[in-house]
Amino acid sequence: MKYEATNLTVSSSPHAHSKNSTAVIMRDVCIALLPALIAAIRFFGWRALTLTMLSVAGCVFFEWGFRKLMKKDCTVGDWSAVVTGMLIAFVCPVTLPFWTILVADLFAIVLVKQLFGGIGMNIVNPALAARAFLFSWPSLMSGSWVRPGTAISAFSTPSAQVLDGLTSATPMAALAENTLSAESLLDLFLGNIGGSLGEVSAAALLLGGIYLLLRRVISVRIPLAYLGTVAVLTVLFPLGGNDCLDWMLCQLLSGGLMLGAIFMATDYTTSPVTHGGQIAYGIGCGVLTVLFRYFGSYVEGVTYAILIMNCCIGFFDKLGVPKRFGLVRQKKKGGADE
Amino acid sequence: MYRHFVIFLKIPENSTLQTVDFSKLLCYIKIVIIRIEVMQPMALSFFGGVHPKGYKELSCEVPILPFCPKTVSIAMSQHIGRPCTPLVKIGDRVSVGQKIGDGEGLCVPVHASVSGTVIAVELRPTPSGTDGMCVVIESDGRDTLCPDIHKRESIAELTGEELTAIIREAGITGMGGAGFPTNVKISSGLGKVDTVIVNGAECEPYITSDDRLMREAPEKIAGGIRIIQKILQPERTAVGIEKNKAKAIAAMQAALPGDVELLPLRVRYPQGAEKQLIQTVTGRCVPPGGLPAAVGCAVFNVATCAAIYDAVYEGMPLVRRAVTVTGRAIARPSNFSVPIGTLYSDLIEAAGGFSSEPYKILCGGPMMGIAQHTLACGTIKGNNALTCFSQADNHEVEVPHCIRCGKCLDVCPMHLMPLQLQRARQKGDLAALEKGNVMDCIECGSCAYNCPAGIHLVQSFRTAKKMLRDAKAKEAVK
Repeated sequence: MKYEATNLTVSSSPHAHSKNSTAVIMRDVCIALLPALIAAIRFFGWRALTLTMLSVAGCVFFEWGFRKLMKKDCTVGDWSAVVTGMLIAFVCPVTLPFWTILVADLFAIVLVKQLFGGIGMNIVNPALAARAFLFSWPSLMSGSWVRPGTAISAFSTPSAQVLDGLTSATPMAALAENTLSAESLLDLFLGNIGGSLGEVSAAALLLGGIYLLLRRVISVRIPLAYLGTVAVLTVLFPLGGNDCLDWMLCQLLSGGLMLGAIFMATDYTTSPVTHGGQIAYGIGCGVLTVLFRYFGSYVEGVTYAILIMNCCIGFFDKLGVPKRFGLVRQKKKGGADE
Repeated sequence: MYRHFVIFLKIPENSTLQTVDFSKLLCYIKIVIIRIEVMQPMALSFFGGVHPKGYKELSCEVPILPFCPKTVSIAMSQHIGRPCTPLVKIGDRVSVGQKIGDGEGLCVPVHASVSGTVIAVELRPTPSGTDGMCVVIESDGRDTLCPDIHKRESIAELTGEELTAIIREAGITGMGGAGFPTNVKISSGLGKVDTVIVNGAECEPYITSDDRLMREAPEKIAGGIRIIQKILQPERTAVGIEKNKAKAIAAMQAALPGDVELLPLRVRYPQGAEKQLIQTVTGRCVPPGGLPAAVGCAVFNVATCAAIYDAVYEGMPLVRRAVTVTGRAIARPSNFSVPIGTLYSDLIEAAGGFSSEPYKILCGGPMMGIAQHTLACGTIKGNNALTCFSQADNHEVEVPHCIRCGKCLDVCPMHLMPLQLQRARQKGDLAALEKGNVMDCIECGSCAYNCPAGIHLVQSFRTAKKMLRDAKAKEAVK
């Protein structure tokens, strides 16, 4: 025989694979987060960038270090730690001391993600869990929302006295007191408001969301169900303002809702996989968010709403189990014969 | 979905707005909702599936060239069912079309594909990956026909039973890959089948043998369809071809009789899988564990139809078939008409040899093909291609981690939840596997193709099926 191949690989079919990989997906999420980062730099100065970079570096380092320490395979190459790092920075105020964000990174990566088995195994969203954890320092987290347009220097943390002169109330705080915020809806949409680093600009977040939809990283089901539920509930039960539509738009555009609905609730690991389950999950997130915002003692509800729903995905997955092939037809036949 | 919106919009045409029959309207709305909810396949489509890059341009313009090897190694087990018993021994002279193996039960005979001398009857490697009984024939290069082979001018006086017997004696099996004996398929469908579907989808990437056959011998396929129609007497006969094969569609359109529909299908893998094709063409879903006859359908591959034509009119058993030799590791991707049993090494030599170090060699295409460990195997009846991958096609991930993205669930044409099944298999949870209907898996590979983590889902489900079967067998023994 002229042709004898000796070094052939034998494995189960299929032998072809799509170009999609975990790293490609996570990189797409990072790209989708860039508009919001640029908006943050525009509104809060270069400290937004240094804080984000530090958080990413921290997450990647802790991921690498923990896997190394536990003698497991290195999963830094999948970019998921980068996404977590960016999201942690995005849910923090731009004035957060640098050490605090590293603590949050450690908490998110080691306690929330790796101790449960690493990527794909965590029960709750690491970035949101880190945010909930950071509320152990309420003064750092919610007492200091700087006004947009305040350029904070990239490498220093402003002292408390300096901060007092820079802070303002967020639209969320106004909504909690059943009044509309002073900012116009356009400012709310563009992000010219006080708030966490990455959550302020709804426009930038929507841009990222559209990119993710086009790249088919996320489907429209969860964000639409989430935002739709919040919209319906707030338009039906306005607590303040002259017009229920104004109230609804203010609710939609303030706080972490956009960031939560587009980037947090759609996190693969902590959201249901079945289509029906995803819709129900989105609705659940929406209902809880509105309940927290209306009746909670803390002004923001997105974090806890998503964290609570994260714990229920086992239930939601059972809701939308696809009907067995070959059984669907008979049912439909009965329906069509009516 | 579009179709239903049309229905939906049509309502005001028949009745004024005041007299809209609300119960009817509700019924329509319900149907639309059910459609969206269940994601029932729309017209000419099925649920799920993927769109792998085709690579058909490598070989689709190369005509099918006849190839005459020096030796052939003909496996005795080329179909689903019992293997044949060899009817010849070492030293026997055989001619083309002479029966060299046959058996009882679910079994069709095997014939000599070249004329010459039997040099071995022994265990040899077969494309399934295991060694099987093979008859090895050294060709004398003359391709002398067996004296039993007679042409038929007309089939008018032949009954369905006689035709089915001819098809069995010609050793015809499904040539799309699974290799189910065609005569059994026909006789089990008698009286139940109202729709005959001819499968020219060829949805697997790389493979072009059916495409070329439809372009070069459409009249043979049409003749084969006529014979099937004569036996099964269906109300409807349809040929499904994926839209990317425009030339094949044109050639078939010209050759097909008027009562046979030609359906250009959406280019989507696994369009050519039996259950999905039935769903596409008729909207019917084959029930779990059932055969196509359960929903009144019978599916035949285009190559099978051509083989039926040859068997009935030419008297020629299935001894040759078109095989695509392709892939990035092959110097000149080509289509050959090769005798059954042609060695892979000879085929690769005929296609110009390797252009780079081969990484994987597949019997079939990249989605469902079987990876080979040696080139000493001979081709079998269901072997439509030999795909040779180079190192550039290596996508192996060392330690895959499921990220629960659900992309496997989105593409599964059988409505399964691959990620749940995978977890159940890892835990060895047989009850969960059974409940998740792992036995429904058609192993098309869409889930594993689409998995961003690179998990070997199909391999896992094959293992799971075996675990379930073993457990059932154990129970039966008790």
